[in-house]
Amino acid sequence: MRRVVVTGLGLVTPLGGDVETSWKNLIAGESGAGPITRFDPEGQKATIACEVKGKDHPWGFDPDKRVDHKVQRQVDPFIVYGIDAAGQALEDAGLTEMTDAEKERTGCSIGAGIGGLPGIEIESVNLHERGPGRVSPHFVHGRLINLVTGQVQIKYGFMGPNHAVVTACSTGAHSIGDAARMIAMDDADVMLAGGAESTVNPLGIAGFAQARALNTSYNDRPTEASRPYDKDREGFVMGEGAGVVVLEEYERAKARGATIYAEVTGYGLSGDAYHVTAPHPEGKGAELAMRMALKKAGLGPGDIDYVNAHGTSTMADTIELAAVKRVLGDDLSGASMSSTKSAIGHLLGGAGAVEAVFCILTMRDGVVPPTLNLHNPDDGTEGIDLVPLKAKKREVRAVLNNSFGFGGTNASLIMQKVD
Amino acid sequence: MSDTADRVQKIVVEHLGVEGDKVTQEASFIDDLGADSLDIVELVMAFEEEFGVEIPDDAAEKISTVGDATKYIEEHKG
Repeated sequence: MRRVVVTGLGLVTPLGGDVETSWKNLIAGESGAGPITRFDPEGQKATIACEVKGKDHPWGFDPDKRVDHKVQRQVDPFIVYGIDAAGQALEDAGLTEMTDAEKERTGCSIGAGIGGLPGIEIESVNLHERGPGRVSPHFVHGRLINLVTGQVQIKYGFMGPNHAVVTACSTGAHSIGDAARMIAMDDADVMLAGGAESTVNPLGIAGFAQARALNTSYNDRPTEASRPYDKDREGFVMGEGAGVVVLEEYERAKARGATIYAEVTGYGLSGDAYHVTAPHPEGKGAELAMRMALKKAGLGPGDIDYVNAHGTSTMADTIELAAVKRVLGDDLSGASMSSTKSAIGHLLGGAGAVEAVFCILTMRDGVVPPTLNLHNPDDGTEGIDLVPLKAKKREVRAVLNNSFGFGGTNASLIMQKVD
Repeated sequence: MSDTADRVQKIVVEHLGVEGDKVTQEASFIDDLGADSLDIVELVMAFEEEFGVEIPDDAAEKISTVGDATKYIEEHKG
Protein backbone atom coordinates (compact mmCIF):
# COMPACT_ATOMS: atom_id res chain seq x y z
CA MET A 1 0.00 0.00 0.00
CA ARG A 2 1.19 3.51 -0.81
CA ARG A 3 1.83 5.85 2.12
CA VAL A 4 -0.40 8.92 2.49
CA VAL A 5 0.65 12.24 4.04
CA VAL A 6 -0.97 15.59 4.79
CA THR A 7 0.61 18.53 2.95
CA GLY A 8 -1.99 21.29 3.21
CA LEU A 9 -4.54 22.61 5.72
CA GLY A 10 -7.64 24.78 5.46
CA LEU A 11 -10.13 25.94 8.10
CA VAL A 12 -13.21 28.09 8.45
CA THR A 13 -14.34 27.96 12.08
CA PRO A 14 -16.18 30.00 14.71
CA LEU A 15 -12.68 30.98 15.95
CA GLY A 16 -11.33 32.18 12.61
CA GLY A 17 -11.65 32.39 8.86
CA ASP A 18 -8.31 30.62 8.39
CA VAL A 19 -6.03 28.03 10.01
CA GLU A 20 -3.69 30.23 12.04
CA THR A 21 -6.39 32.53 13.47
CA SER A 22 -8.54 29.56 14.48
CA TRP A 23 -5.57 27.79 16.06
CA LYS A 24 -4.26 30.85 17.91
CA ASN A 25 -7.69 31.47 19.43
CA LEU A 26 -8.17 27.80 20.29
CA ILE A 27 -4.87 27.66 22.16
CA ALA A 28 -5.64 30.96 23.90
CA GLY A 29 -8.80 29.38 25.33
CA GLU A 30 -11.23 31.58 23.41
CA SER A 31 -14.81 30.44 22.85
CA GLY A 32 -16.64 30.83 19.54
CA ALA A 33 -20.06 30.73 21.21
CA GLY A 34 -22.52 33.60 21.41
CA PRO A 35 -26.17 34.51 20.91
CA ILE A 36 -27.49 33.49 17.49
CA THR A 37 -27.25 36.40 15.05
CA ARG A 38 -28.06 34.58 11.80
CA PHE A 39 -31.79 34.74 12.51
CA ASP A 40 -34.07 35.85 15.33
CA PRO A 41 -34.04 32.89 17.73
CA GLU A 42 -37.06 34.14 19.67
CA GLY A 43 -39.15 31.14 20.70
CA GLN A 44 -36.34 28.60 20.16
CA LYS A 45 -35.27 26.43 23.08
CA ALA A 46 -31.62 27.07 22.17
CA THR A 47 -30.74 30.67 21.33
CA ILE A 48 -26.95 30.32 21.18
CA ALA A 49 -24.50 28.86 18.68
CA CYS A 50 -20.88 28.95 17.60
CA GLU A 51 -21.29 30.96 14.40
CA VAL A 52 -18.61 31.72 11.84
CA LYS A 53 -18.05 35.44 12.26
CA GLY A 54 -18.52 38.04 9.51
CA LYS A 55 -15.58 39.69 7.78
CA ASP A 56 -15.73 42.79 10.00
CA HIS A 57 -14.96 40.70 13.09
CA PRO A 58 -11.25 40.27 13.99
CA TRP A 59 -11.73 36.48 13.67
CA GLY A 60 -14.06 36.87 10.73
CA PHE A 61 -14.41 34.97 7.48
CA ASP A 62 -14.34 36.83 4.17
CA PRO A 63 -16.14 34.75 1.52
CA ASP A 64 -15.00 37.12 -1.25
CA LYS A 65 -11.41 35.89 -0.97
CA ARG A 66 -11.93 32.57 -2.74
CA VAL A 67 -15.58 32.15 -3.71
CA ASP A 68 -17.12 33.85 -6.77
CA HIS A 69 -19.91 36.30 -6.07
CA LYS A 70 -22.27 34.34 -8.32
CA VAL A 71 -21.55 31.06 -6.54
CA GLN A 72 -22.08 32.70 -3.14
CA ARG A 73 -25.56 33.79 -4.21
CA GLN A 74 -26.53 30.35 -5.50
CA VAL A 75 -25.33 27.97 -2.79
CA ASP A 76 -25.83 27.29 0.90
CA PRO A 77 -23.21 28.58 3.38
CA PHE A 78 -21.68 25.12 3.95
CA ILE A 79 -20.59 25.05 0.31
CA VAL A 80 -19.02 28.51 0.58
CA TYR A 81 -17.10 27.44 3.70
CA GLY A 82 -16.00 24.22 2.00
CA ILE A 83 -14.77 25.90 -1.18
CA ASP A 84 -12.76 28.41 0.86
CA ALA A 85 -11.21 25.80 3.17
CA ALA A 86 -10.26 23.69 0.13
CA GLY A 87 -8.65 26.73 -1.49
CA GLN A 88 -6.68 27.48 1.68
CA ALA A 89 -5.43 23.89 1.83
CA LEU A 90 -4.36 23.91 -1.82
CA GLU A 91 -2.52 27.21 -1.38
CA ASP A 92 -0.85 25.91 1.78
CA ALA A 93 0.28 22.80 -0.09
CA GLY A 94 1.61 24.88 -2.99
CA LEU A 95 -0.62 23.03 -5.43
CA THR A 96 -2.65 25.79 -7.06
CA GLU A 97 -0.75 25.25 -10.31
CA MET A 98 -0.87 21.69 -11.64
CA THR A 99 -0.45 20.08 -15.04
CA ASP A 100 -3.44 18.49 -16.76
CA ALA A 101 -1.98 15.05 -16.02
CA GLU A 102 -1.71 15.92 -12.32
CA LYS A 103 -5.27 17.25 -12.27
CA GLU A 104 -6.51 13.93 -13.62
CA ARG A 105 -4.93 12.30 -10.58
CA THR A 106 -6.35 14.82 -8.10
CA GLY A 107 -9.76 14.35 -6.50
CA CYS A 108 -12.01 15.53 -3.69
CA SER A 109 -13.76 13.86 -0.79
CA ILE A 110 -15.48 16.72 1.01
CA GLY A 111 -18.76 15.78 2.65
CA ALA A 112 -21.40 17.17 4.99
CA GLY A 113 -23.67 15.60 7.55
CA ILE A 114 -26.86 17.43 6.64
CA GLY A 115 -26.07 19.78 3.76
CA GLY A 116 -28.17 22.71 2.65
CA LEU A 117 -30.84 22.78 5.33
CA PRO A 118 -31.08 26.62 5.46
CA GLY A 119 -31.79 26.78 1.72
CA ILE A 120 -34.25 23.90 1.92
CA GLU A 121 -36.11 25.75 4.66
CA ILE A 122 -36.18 29.06 2.77
CA GLU A 123 -37.28 27.55 -0.54
CA SER A 124 -39.90 25.40 1.14
CA VAL A 125 -41.52 28.51 2.61
CA ASN A 126 -41.13 30.18 -0.77
CA LEU A 127 -42.89 27.26 -2.49
CA HIS A 128 -45.83 27.32 -0.10
CA GLU A 129 -46.23 31.08 -0.02
CA ARG A 130 -45.52 32.01 -3.64
CA GLY A 131 -45.81 28.84 -5.70
CA PRO A 132 -43.52 26.46 -7.60
CA GLY A 133 -42.64 29.06 -10.23
CA ARG A 134 -40.78 31.10 -7.63
CA VAL A 135 -38.43 28.32 -6.49
CA SER A 136 -34.83 29.15 -7.41
CA PRO A 137 -33.42 27.30 -10.43
CA HIS A 138 -30.28 26.87 -8.31
CA PHE A 139 -32.20 25.29 -5.44
CA VAL A 140 -31.14 21.67 -5.94
CA HIS A 141 -27.46 21.98 -6.85
CA GLY A 142 -27.01 24.77 -4.33
CA ARG A 143 -28.00 22.46 -1.46
CA LEU A 144 -26.59 19.04 -2.40
CA ILE A 145 -23.95 17.62 -0.09
CA ASN A 146 -21.59 16.56 -2.89
CA LEU A 147 -21.52 20.09 -4.29
CA VAL A 148 -18.54 21.20 -2.21
CA THR A 149 -16.57 18.54 -4.01
CA GLY A 150 -18.34 19.43 -7.27
CA GLN A 151 -17.64 23.16 -7.01
CA VAL A 152 -14.01 22.66 -5.98
CA GLN A 153 -13.29 20.27 -8.85
CA ILE A 154 -14.90 22.64 -11.36
CA LYS A 155 -13.02 25.64 -9.94
CA TYR A 156 -9.61 23.97 -10.08
CA GLY A 157 -10.12 21.51 -12.96
CA PHE A 158 -9.60 18.35 -10.92
CA MET A 159 -10.76 15.19 -12.70
CA GLY A 160 -9.89 12.51 -10.14
CA PRO A 161 -12.31 10.84 -7.70
CA ASN A 162 -15.37 13.05 -7.05
CA HIS A 163 -16.64 11.75 -3.73
CA ALA A 164 -18.71 12.99 -0.77
CA VAL A 165 -19.34 11.15 2.47
CA VAL A 166 -22.64 11.54 4.36
CA THR A 167 -22.31 9.92 7.78
CA ALA A 168 -23.72 12.58 10.10
CA CYS A 169 -21.12 13.69 12.65
CA SER A 170 -18.57 11.13 11.48
CA THR A 171 -18.49 12.64 7.97
CA GLY A 172 -15.25 14.62 8.33
CA ALA A 173 -13.27 11.66 9.68
CA HIS A 174 -14.71 9.21 7.14
CA SER A 175 -13.97 11.70 4.34
CA ILE A 176 -10.29 11.83 5.26
CA GLY A 177 -10.05 8.08 5.88
CA ASP A 178 -11.76 7.17 2.60
CA ALA A 179 -9.66 9.65 0.63
CA ALA A 180 -6.44 8.31 2.19
CA ARG A 181 -7.45 4.84 1.03
CA MET A 182 -8.10 6.12 -2.50
CA ILE A 183 -4.50 7.33 -2.61
CA ALA A 184 -3.19 4.16 -0.95
CA MET A 185 -5.10 2.09 -3.53
CA ASP A 186 -3.69 4.21 -6.40
CA ASP A 187 -7.02 5.76 -7.46
CA ALA A 188 -5.46 9.21 -7.08
CA ASP A 189 -2.18 10.90 -6.09
CA VAL A 190 -3.69 13.95 -4.39
CA MET A 191 -7.03 14.27 -2.58
CA LEU A 192 -8.69 17.26 -0.94
CA ALA A 193 -10.52 15.71 1.99
CA GLY A 194 -12.74 17.07 4.73
CA GLY A 195 -16.18 18.22 5.72
CA ALA A 196 -18.34 21.32 5.89
CA GLU A 197 -21.56 22.23 7.66
CA SER A 198 -23.86 25.14 8.34
CA THR A 199 -27.22 24.50 9.93
CA VAL A 200 -27.52 27.55 12.16
CA ASN A 201 -31.05 28.15 10.83
CA PRO A 202 -34.45 27.95 12.55
CA LEU A 203 -35.21 24.42 11.35
CA GLY A 204 -31.75 23.10 12.23
CA ILE A 205 -31.73 24.55 15.73
CA ALA A 206 -35.34 23.48 16.40
CA GLY A 207 -34.72 19.97 15.05
CA PHE A 208 -31.68 19.26 17.20
CA ALA A 209 -33.34 20.85 20.23
CA GLN A 210 -36.40 18.65 19.76
CA ALA A 211 -34.10 15.62 19.54
CA ARG A 212 -32.88 16.68 23.01
CA ALA A 213 -29.33 16.96 21.69
CA LEU A 214 -28.74 20.72 22.07
CA ASN A 215 -27.81 22.65 25.17
CA THR A 216 -30.85 24.70 26.20
CA SER A 217 -30.10 25.86 29.75
CA TYR A 218 -27.05 28.10 29.20
CA ASN A 219 -28.67 30.57 26.81
CA ASP A 220 -27.65 33.43 29.09
CA ARG A 221 -24.06 32.16 29.35
CA PRO A 222 -23.15 31.08 25.81
CA THR A 223 -19.39 30.67 26.33
CA GLU A 224 -20.01 28.29 29.26
CA ALA A 225 -22.51 26.07 27.45
CA SER A 226 -20.15 23.60 25.78
CA ARG A 227 -18.50 21.76 28.70
CA PRO A 228 -17.47 18.23 27.76
CA TYR A 229 -16.87 15.85 30.71
CA ASP A 230 -18.16 18.43 33.18
CA LYS A 231 -20.87 17.27 35.60
CA ASP A 232 -23.07 20.18 34.54
CA ARG A 233 -22.93 19.50 30.80
CA GLU A 234 -26.31 19.47 29.17
CA GLY A 235 -26.13 19.05 25.41
CA PHE A 236 -24.02 20.30 22.52
CA VAL A 237 -23.76 23.81 21.09
CA MET A 238 -24.33 24.09 17.35
CA GLY A 239 -21.22 25.07 15.42
CA GLU A 240 -20.55 25.66 11.73
CA GLY A 241 -17.62 25.85 9.36
CA ALA A 242 -15.34 23.60 7.35
CA GLY A 243 -12.04 21.76 7.50
CA VAL A 244 -10.14 20.45 4.49
CA VAL A 245 -6.72 18.81 4.21
CA VAL A 246 -4.58 18.03 1.19
CA LEU A 247 -3.65 14.36 1.24
CA GLU A 248 -0.79 13.32 -1.00
CA GLU A 249 1.07 10.17 -1.85
CA TYR A 250 4.25 10.21 0.27
CA GLU A 251 6.90 9.75 -2.44
CA ARG A 252 5.33 12.45 -4.58
CA ALA A 253 5.18 14.88 -1.65
CA LYS A 254 8.79 14.15 -0.73
CA ALA A 255 10.01 14.52 -4.33
CA ARG A 256 8.52 17.99 -4.70
CA GLY A 257 9.85 19.11 -1.32
CA ALA A 258 6.40 19.67 0.19
CA THR A 259 5.89 20.47 3.87
CA ILE A 260 4.75 17.15 5.31
CA TYR A 261 2.58 17.78 8.36
CA ALA A 262 1.71 14.18 9.20
CA GLU A 263 1.06 10.72 7.86
CA VAL A 264 -2.39 9.14 7.98
CA THR A 265 -1.49 5.74 9.38
CA GLY A 266 -4.69 4.38 10.92
CA TYR A 267 -8.37 4.43 10.04
CA GLY A 268 -11.09 2.43 11.76
CA LEU A 269 -14.81 2.27 10.98
CA SER A 270 -17.70 0.58 12.72
CA GLY A 271 -21.42 0.67 13.47
CA ASP A 272 -23.18 0.57 16.82
CA ALA A 273 -26.20 -1.49 15.67
CA TYR A 274 -28.07 -0.04 18.62
CA HIS A 275 -30.09 3.21 18.34
CA VAL A 276 -30.62 6.08 15.87
CA THR A 277 -29.38 8.85 18.18
CA ALA A 278 -28.04 7.29 21.40
CA PRO A 279 -24.63 5.64 21.40
CA HIS A 280 -24.29 2.05 22.56
CA PRO A 281 -24.24 2.37 26.38
CA GLU A 282 -20.95 0.48 26.58
CA GLY A 283 -19.41 2.25 23.59
CA LYS A 284 -18.77 -1.03 21.82
CA GLY A 285 -18.87 0.52 18.34
CA ALA A 286 -16.48 3.28 19.36
CA GLU A 287 -14.11 0.71 20.80
CA LEU A 288 -14.17 -1.34 17.60
CA ALA A 289 -13.32 1.71 15.48
CA MET A 290 -10.41 2.72 17.74
CA ARG A 291 -9.01 -0.81 17.87
CA MET A 292 -9.16 -1.10 14.09
CA ALA A 293 -7.36 2.22 13.64
CA LEU A 294 -4.60 1.20 16.08
CA LYS A 295 -4.15 -2.13 14.35
CA LYS A 296 -3.92 -0.49 10.91
CA ALA A 297 -1.33 1.95 12.27
CA GLY A 298 0.61 -0.88 13.89
CA LEU A 299 0.57 1.03 17.19
CA GLY A 300 0.02 -0.07 20.78
CA PRO A 301 -1.93 1.79 23.49
CA GLY A 302 1.18 3.56 24.83
CA ASP A 303 2.00 5.06 21.43
CA ILE A 304 -0.86 7.58 21.35
CA ASP A 305 0.05 10.99 22.80
CA TYR A 306 -3.16 12.89 22.19
CA VAL A 307 -6.80 11.93 21.73
CA ASN A 308 -9.08 14.53 20.18
CA ALA A 309 -12.35 13.25 21.59
CA HIS A 310 -15.71 13.30 19.91
CA GLY A 311 -16.77 14.81 23.30
CA THR A 312 -19.88 16.76 22.34
CA SER A 313 -20.79 17.90 25.88
CA THR A 314 -23.62 15.38 26.13
CA MET A 315 -24.16 12.32 28.30
CA ALA A 316 -22.29 10.35 25.63
CA ASP A 317 -18.93 11.88 26.69
CA THR A 318 -18.40 9.38 29.49
CA ILE A 319 -19.41 6.46 27.24
CA GLU A 320 -16.66 7.47 24.83
CA LEU A 321 -14.21 7.93 27.70
CA ALA A 322 -14.94 4.44 29.02
CA ALA A 323 -14.28 3.01 25.55
CA VAL A 324 -11.02 4.97 25.23
CA LYS A 325 -9.93 3.61 28.62
CA ARG A 326 -10.57 0.04 27.50
CA VAL A 327 -8.48 0.61 24.38
CA LEU A 328 -5.62 2.74 25.74
CA GLY A 329 -5.65 1.74 29.41
CA ASP A 330 -7.29 3.24 32.51
CA ASP A 331 -4.84 6.14 32.65
CA LEU A 332 -4.80 6.37 28.81
CA SER A 333 -1.12 5.26 29.06
CA GLY A 334 0.12 8.82 29.21
CA ALA A 335 -2.07 10.27 26.47
CA SER A 336 -3.77 13.64 26.92
CA MET A 337 -7.37 13.84 25.76
CA SER A 338 -9.42 16.96 25.11
CA SER A 339 -12.55 18.07 23.31
CA THR A 340 -12.14 21.12 21.09
CA LYS A 341 -15.93 21.21 20.75
CA SER A 342 -15.76 23.07 24.07
CA ALA A 343 -14.49 26.06 22.05
CA ILE A 344 -16.02 25.74 18.58
CA GLY A 345 -19.21 23.79 19.29
CA HIS A 346 -20.23 20.82 17.20
CA LEU A 347 -19.64 21.25 13.47
CA LEU A 348 -21.55 18.02 12.70
CA GLY A 349 -20.23 16.84 9.30
CA GLY A 350 -17.37 19.32 9.52
CA ALA A 351 -16.30 18.29 13.01
CA GLY A 352 -13.99 15.37 12.24
CA ALA A 353 -12.11 17.30 9.57
CA VAL A 354 -11.66 20.47 11.62
CA GLU A 355 -10.49 18.35 14.55
CA ALA A 356 -8.05 16.49 12.29
CA VAL A 357 -6.47 19.85 11.42
CA PHE A 358 -6.28 20.72 15.13
CA CYS A 359 -4.60 17.34 15.76
CA ILE A 360 -2.00 18.07 13.10
CA LEU A 361 -1.28 21.51 14.58
CA THR A 362 -0.98 19.89 18.01
CA MET A 363 1.86 17.76 16.61
CA ARG A 364 3.40 20.69 14.72
CA ASP A 365 3.54 23.03 17.71
CA GLY A 366 3.72 20.62 20.65
CA VAL A 367 0.67 22.23 22.27
CA VAL A 368 -2.49 20.37 23.26
CA PRO A 369 -5.71 22.43 23.04
CA PRO A 370 -7.82 22.66 26.19
CA THR A 371 -11.24 21.38 27.20
CA LEU A 372 -12.96 24.62 28.18
CA ASN A 373 -15.43 24.90 31.06
CA LEU A 374 -14.26 21.67 32.68
CA HIS A 375 -14.58 22.77 36.32
CA ASN A 376 -16.21 19.69 37.85
CA PRO A 377 -15.06 16.58 36.02
CA ASP A 378 -17.66 13.81 35.92
CA ASP A 379 -17.23 10.47 37.67
CA GLY A 380 -14.89 8.16 35.82
CA THR A 381 -12.49 10.91 34.72
CA GLU A 382 -10.16 10.53 37.71
CA GLY A 383 -6.49 10.28 36.81
CA ILE A 384 -7.05 11.24 33.17
CA ASP A 385 -5.50 14.33 31.61
CA LEU A 386 -8.50 16.02 30.00
CA VAL A 387 -6.50 19.26 29.59
CA PRO A 388 -8.99 21.37 31.58
CA LEU A 389 -9.34 25.09 30.85
CA LYS A 390 -5.80 25.79 29.60
CA ALA A 391 -3.69 24.55 26.68
CA LYS A 392 -0.70 22.45 27.62
CA LYS A 393 2.74 22.10 26.10
CA ARG A 394 3.85 18.55 25.41
CA GLU A 395 5.43 16.64 22.59
CA VAL A 396 2.85 14.87 20.45
CA ARG A 397 3.94 12.34 17.84
CA ALA A 398 0.77 10.30 17.35
CA VAL A 399 -2.87 11.39 17.57
CA LEU A 400 -6.17 9.57 17.69
CA ASN A 401 -9.21 11.48 16.43
CA ASN A 402 -12.69 10.10 17.20
CA SER A 403 -15.95 10.93 15.47
CA PHE A 404 -19.33 9.33 16.09
CA GLY A 405 -22.68 10.08 14.48
CA PHE A 406 -26.43 9.57 14.49
CA GLY A 407 -27.30 6.24 12.97
CA GLY A 408 -24.59 4.60 15.07
CA THR A 409 -21.68 5.44 12.75
CA ASN A 410 -18.13 5.56 14.15
CA ALA A 411 -14.79 6.60 12.66
CA SER A 412 -11.32 6.85 14.23
CA LEU A 413 -8.29 8.33 12.52
CA ILE A 414 -4.67 8.03 13.59
CA MET A 415 -2.08 10.45 12.29
CA GLN A 416 1.62 10.53 13.09
CA LYS A 417 4.60 12.82 12.68
CA VAL A 418 6.92 11.93 9.82
CA ASP A 419 10.64 12.15 10.50
CA MET B 1 -30.44 55.33 -19.80
CA SER B 2 -34.16 54.75 -19.24
CA ASP B 3 -35.43 53.88 -15.81
CA THR B 4 -36.16 50.32 -16.98
CA ALA B 5 -32.70 49.88 -18.47
CA ASP B 6 -31.15 51.19 -15.28
CA ARG B 7 -33.05 48.74 -13.08
CA VAL B 8 -32.34 45.83 -15.45
CA GLN B 9 -28.63 46.65 -15.29
CA LYS B 10 -28.69 46.67 -11.48
CA ILE B 11 -30.35 43.26 -11.33
CA VAL B 12 -27.85 41.79 -13.80
CA VAL B 13 -24.88 43.19 -11.86
CA GLU B 14 -26.23 41.79 -8.59
CA HIS B 15 -27.04 38.34 -9.95
CA LEU B 16 -24.03 37.74 -12.16
CA GLY B 17 -21.43 39.62 -10.14
CA VAL B 18 -20.15 41.50 -13.23
CA GLU B 19 -18.95 45.09 -13.58
CA GLY B 20 -21.73 47.57 -14.36
CA ASP B 21 -20.01 48.98 -17.45
CA LYS B 22 -20.03 45.53 -19.09
CA VAL B 23 -23.81 45.38 -18.84
CA THR B 24 -24.57 47.27 -22.06
CA GLN B 25 -27.85 46.88 -23.91
CA GLU B 26 -25.98 44.88 -26.59
CA ALA B 27 -24.32 42.50 -24.10
CA SER B 28 -25.27 38.83 -24.45
CA PHE B 29 -25.99 37.14 -21.13
CA ILE B 30 -24.19 33.96 -22.12
CA ASP B 31 -21.43 35.18 -24.46
CA ASP B 32 -20.48 38.44 -22.77
CA LEU B 33 -21.60 38.16 -19.13
CA GLY B 34 -20.73 34.54 -18.31
CA ALA B 35 -24.28 33.41 -17.54
CA ASP B 36 -25.52 29.87 -18.08
CA SER B 37 -29.07 28.82 -18.93
CA LEU B 38 -30.05 28.53 -15.25
CA ASP B 39 -28.73 32.01 -14.54
CA ILE B 40 -31.08 33.30 -17.24
CA VAL B 41 -34.02 31.49 -15.62
CA GLU B 42 -33.11 33.21 -12.36
CA LEU B 43 -32.70 36.61 -14.03
CA VAL B 44 -36.09 36.30 -15.70
CA MET B 45 -37.63 35.52 -12.29
CA ALA B 46 -35.95 38.61 -10.87
CA PHE B 47 -37.22 40.79 -13.73
CA GLU B 48 -40.75 39.47 -13.19
CA GLU B 49 -40.51 40.35 -9.55
CA GLU B 50 -39.01 43.80 -10.05
CA PHE B 51 -41.35 44.95 -12.80
CA GLY B 52 -44.51 42.98 -11.99
CA VAL B 53 -44.57 41.45 -15.46
CA GLU B 54 -45.01 37.85 -16.45
CA ILE B 55 -42.42 36.54 -18.90
CA PRO B 56 -43.66 33.19 -20.25
CA ASP B 57 -41.13 30.47 -21.10
CA ASP B 58 -41.42 30.95 -24.88
CA ALA B 59 -40.70 34.67 -24.52
CA ALA B 60 -37.88 34.03 -22.01
CA GLU B 61 -36.18 31.73 -24.49
CA LYS B 62 -35.93 34.62 -26.98
CA ILE B 63 -34.17 36.89 -24.47
CA SER B 64 -30.45 36.64 -25.13
CA THR B 65 -29.19 40.20 -24.59
CA VAL B 66 -29.73 42.83 -21.91
CA GLY B 67 -31.52 44.90 -24.58
CA ASP B 68 -33.92 42.02 -25.35
CA ALA B 69 -34.92 41.95 -21.70
CA THR B 70 -35.31 45.72 -21.43
CA LYS B 71 -37.42 45.84 -24.59
CA TYR B 72 -39.70 43.02 -23.48
CA ILE B 73 -40.25 44.61 -20.08
CA GLU B 74 -40.97 48.08 -21.52
CA GLU B 75 -43.53 46.59 -23.90
CA HIS B 76 -45.29 44.49 -21.26
CA LYS B 77 -45.08 46.28 -17.94
CA GLY B 78 -48.34 47.67 -16.64
